[in-house]
Amino acid sequence: MTTLAPYRSELQTGRDGFAQLIRAEWTKFRTVRGWVIGMAVAMLLIVGLGALTGANSECGIQLTPTSPSLACPAPPTGPDGGWVTDSFYFVRQPLAGNGSITVRVTSLTGLYSTHGAFTPGQSPTAGMTPGVQPWSKAGIIIKASTRQGAAYAAMMVTGSHGVRMQWDFTHDVAGLAGTVTAASPRWLRLTRSGDTITGYDSADGAHWTRVGTATLAGLPSTAQAGLFAASPPYSVISASFGGSSSTGGPTLATAVFDQLSRQGTWPAARWTGESIQGFTSRAMDRSAQGYRQAAGTFTVSGSGDIAPATDNPDIVKQTLAGTFAGLIAVVVIGVMFITAEYRRGMIRTTFAASPRRGRVLAAKATVLAAVTFAAGLVAVAVTIPLGERLLHENGNPIPPVSPLTWLQVVAGTAALLAVAAVFGLAVGTLLRRSAGAVTAVIAGIVLPYLLAVAPGVLPAGAELWLVRVTPAAAFAVQQTVQQYPQVTADYTPRNGYFPLAPWAGFAVLCAWTALALVLAVFLLRRRDA
Amino acid sequence: MTDVVHAEWTKLRTLPGTGWLLLAAAALTAAVGAIAANAVSCPAGGCQLDPAKVSLTGIDLGQAVVAIVAVTVVSGEYSTGMIRVTLAATPRRWRVLAAKAAVAGTVTLAAGAVAVLASILAGSLLLARHGITPTRGYEALSLGDGPVLRAAAGSVLYLTLIALFSLGVAAAVRDSAVAIGVVLALLYLFPIVSGAVASPAWHRHLDQLGPMTAGLYIQATTNLSSLPLTPWQGLGVLAAWAAGAMLAGALLLRFRDA
Repeated sequence: MTTLAPYRSELQTGRDGFAQLIRAEWTKFRTVRGWVIGMAVAMLLIVGLGALTGANSECGIQLTPTSPSLACPAPPTGPDGGWVTDSFYFVRQPLAGNGSITVRVTSLTGLYSTHGAFTPGQSPTAGMTPGVQPWSKAGIIIKASTRQGAAYAAMMVTGSHGVRMQWDFTHDVAGLAGTVTAASPRWLRLTRSGDTITGYDSADGAHWTRVGTATLAGLPSTAQAGLFAASPPYSVISASFGGSSSTGGPTLATAVFDQLSRQGTWPAARWTGESIQGFTSRAMDRSAQGYRQAAGTFTVSGSGDIAPATDNPDIVKQTLAGTFAGLIAVVVIGVMFITAEYRRGMIRTTFAASPRRGRVLAAKATVLAAVTFAAGLVAVAVTIPLGERLLHENGNPIPPVSPLTWLQVVAGTAALLAVAAVFGLAVGTLLRRSAGAVTAVIAGIVLPYLLAVAPGVLPAGAELWLVRVTPAAAFAVQQTVQQYPQVTADYTPRNGYFPLAPWAGFAVLCAWTALALVLAVFLLRRRDA
Repeated sequence: MTDVVHAEWTKLRTLPGTGWLLLAAAALTAAVGAIAANAVSCPAGGCQLDPAKVSLTGIDLGQAVVAIVAVTVVSGEYSTGMIRVTLAATPRRWRVLAAKAAVAGTVTLAAGAVAVLASILAGSLLLARHGITPTRGYEALSLGDGPVLRAAAGSVLYLTLIALFSLGVAAAVRDSAVAIGVVLALLYLFPIVSGAVASPAWHRHLDQLGPMTAGLYIQATTNLSSLPLTPWQGLGVLAAWAAGAMLAGALLLRFRDA
């Protein structure tokens, strides 16, 4: 008689840890052919649409109607590497070594055109309306050279922003408030000491206040110093639907200076007047600008602006138009990652094997986010250089982008796709119906962006709120252009400017996703599977 | 054929979601339109504004809900296996698709009419409160006005064509998540890509080609000469998309195992 040993499985007992759950979910993801193909499609859409926009965005200028088209010229580059606008009228003398310049401004007036550039053959100022622009500026300046984009520091009066000290294009410090008139003139002073330039202002010429100190690294020992006037283009961005239109044209500012005094070594005998103007400036014709000197009084007329350039398209964002297509694909995958389990009944096996449901959802979210982030990172890192190359070949100037900003766009876009996929997973868990969940997420992310950027859909102001409170705010991570209070421009999502800072916008999407996840876990525990 | 339509109507009517979704489509359309009309701020009549288009902004969102209804009419049967019963009962498959199109189209037509009437009504009340009136030189917003009537009736047709387009895509793709993803991508991506392309010719082509961009030209009542297509041509482009999707769906339904 033999005794039978009871059967014992030789398999080891499975462990019920988070790592095992991750592995299970990863196995599910990679063995469903449709999802893997879908992820590849998402990557191809991002790269393909980036290439499509790059290949079909020509930029060219023709000097005469019959001449061949030339590539669009790049704006001048400032001391910190960014693109700048640098055109003004400069009445200058060399200043050797340290020294200072002081002047009184008694008037700032202007002319502006509402009908575009001037017609050849006419006087350049014909048909212009009197009026000074809010950021028309005139004052004293010390500049490394007359090259566009050279380092500078300036004290100036402005149309309606009081006295300012500005240097190296991006820096702006407020001085005395109020507009300048003959009854309330403004005294301005710039003092150079080595690489340091200090600006002072005064309302009476006796009591001086320090406005700011600029350090211009590498300022040559002989710099150009003197008086300047500039006036940025006038534009009315009609707060309208039916095609946003901006009307306007170049402007001219005229300032009257007197009581000019100088200290230090000024080797030249007389003043030189020069219009600093480049190919891309939207300034008035040189013939309208100039200066007059009579009995210690200088009258300087200038057009243009000394400021960071804000009217260039966000090239990096332009190459990433395919993000939306990729986003739709990963949202569909994210939703199906959970709704397919409900549809096939797999969810019951999943929960039988791992009864802690919140942990199952966490594992799904982790796997989905990791896969989408990796795929998005590769796609975006390929698309930006490819798109920029195509745009460059089509004559578009490519703006300098700092490595940190580049990283922000690449990692931010990949993270945006990953969080959107998790958002899809959470909404899919809530609704358990694929069609409704996909629509809810896409209508929540893509539609607000579309309404905000499409011309002629929403009134001005409403679109800013859309990209502030809806998940579409996250597209701010793709912004590489910067907004400056001292430059008037159409700062709207349509032109690539988002109201929230890049990572703040991304946080809005994360908040929506976190809310959906919390609700999903709550319902997942309460409902029968 | 009447029996097939009747069967489809019974299936659609007895699903609890259908009524809610159609109600949501109408309510969301009217609500978004009202919000857009209420957000208008136009100092001293200085802006170019198309009152009909503003009031009907909600169609952008309403169409997504209509697409859910239409996609579910087909994909819902695939996910529950009901499609096998349906095709066993009606072996002529194109009849099934035609009946589904008739039923989904009719309910969308009804819901769309309610949505558009509510939007126009809300728009005319709210815009008048913001000073957008014919006395200030704006287009009147009443259905008695020819272009406004065309915009309103055209928007109802637009929603119906979106339903048919979604139905065709769903019949071709079968899975509801993928089908709705494809539909929304084709609707929303054209305007986004066209906005990113700098070349004016391509910009124009993409706007002429996109089912949503071209189809929504039917809502324009001012500045018609600046559009790349006339309003009815634009709706024709959407009709072509819908016909293409239905044809592809019918062929795949006919030659593929269910």
